[in-house]
Amino acid sequence: MTPLRVSIAATIASILLILVVLELIRSRRLRERYALLWLATGVVLLVLSAWRDALNTIAGWVGVTGYPPAVLFAVGILFILLVLLHYSTVISKLADQNVILAQKVALLEERLGSGRGP
Amino acid sequence: MSETRRVAIVPAFQEEAVIASLVREIKSFDPDLDIVVVDDGSVDGTAAAAAAAGAAVVRLPFNLGIGGAVQTGFKYALERGYDVAVRLDGDGQHDPLELPKLLEPLARDEADVVVGSRFAGGDPEYRAPFARRAGIRFFARLVSLLTRQRLTDTTSGFQAVNARGIRLFAADYPHDYPEVEAAVMVVRHRLRILEVPVRMRERELGSSSITTLRSLYYAIKVTLALLVGIFRRRVVPAEEP
Repeated sequence: MTPLRVSIAATIASILLILVVLELIRSRRLRERYALLWLATGVVLLVLSAWRDALNTIAGWVGVTGYPPAVLFAVGILFILLVLLHYSTVISKLADQNVILAQKVALLEERLGSGRGP
Repeated sequence: MSETRRVAIVPAFQEEAVIASLVREIKSFDPDLDIVVVDDGSVDGTAAAAAAAGAAVVRLPFNLGIGGAVQTGFKYALERGYDVAVRLDGDGQHDPLELPKLLEPLARDEADVVVGSRFAGGDPEYRAPFARRAGIRFFARLVSLLTRQRLTDTTSGFQAVNARGIRLFAADYPHDYPEVEAAVMVVRHRLRILEVPVRMRERELGSSSITTLRSLYYAIKVTLALLVGIFRRRVVPAEEP
């Protein structure tokens, strides 16, 4: 059985994660597109933290007999991997677009006749 | 009253087959209406076809998505000092003959943003797949609740806005399904939004760019944006009521 203190601490941490993400969206420091995966992480961790029976049942399914909260770590790590992988694809796209923008600016500058340098 | 300068903003992505006839149609409807086609990173002949038909063309270096493309048009309108901007989609589903319905409320200063609605009693024949209709209804309900005003077609991109609307949209415009969030944004900035019934045409070529799974993702994303958006600061000072 999951220790009660672990459940309480994990629940508070999940709620904090969700609140921080929502505040970042509100203040326009995080776009909704990139916030959804973080919110999903927060909600899944919140459910597994607060709903102790579910955590114990899932621990039983995957063969974690000694310490059910280990499942919280596993789920947390899984979501962090997903977020990182997602960001890798986003960064790749941004890098491609950055190249296109730089080339475009250079070509426009040449066309304006200012390509001879300062 | 001095001459109002008007511009039609036409976002287009891979529409080389229909863009020229749409531009000519708008010109023949009203020769005084300037046209700017925002080519959203097409790799076909969209930009060339639009330019050949006589439109000003702004080519984006890569695909920004509908929100970014339309906002480019509003920035163009702001820079050039237009008084009125109308928006028609590049796939030809918005009929230029319906434009007077959108422009009249602006001319009478009854609204700052006028939206052509398929459901405000206009077109009983409009057919759409079930999921799309359900999404449209869901957002109509949610937006009506948030704006305390009955709106029926919050995904319609067939719109006309005055200088106040141009200023707001040039400063901030949402990304995917921008019209839904924009409606709430407009009301929060104390601009007046008005729906008028219009007919829309079936798409001439191509299908909607949205598949079912993606629309679910967009539905969740836009709902989140709407709910968080209520707590946001205004991007430009609200108009005097």
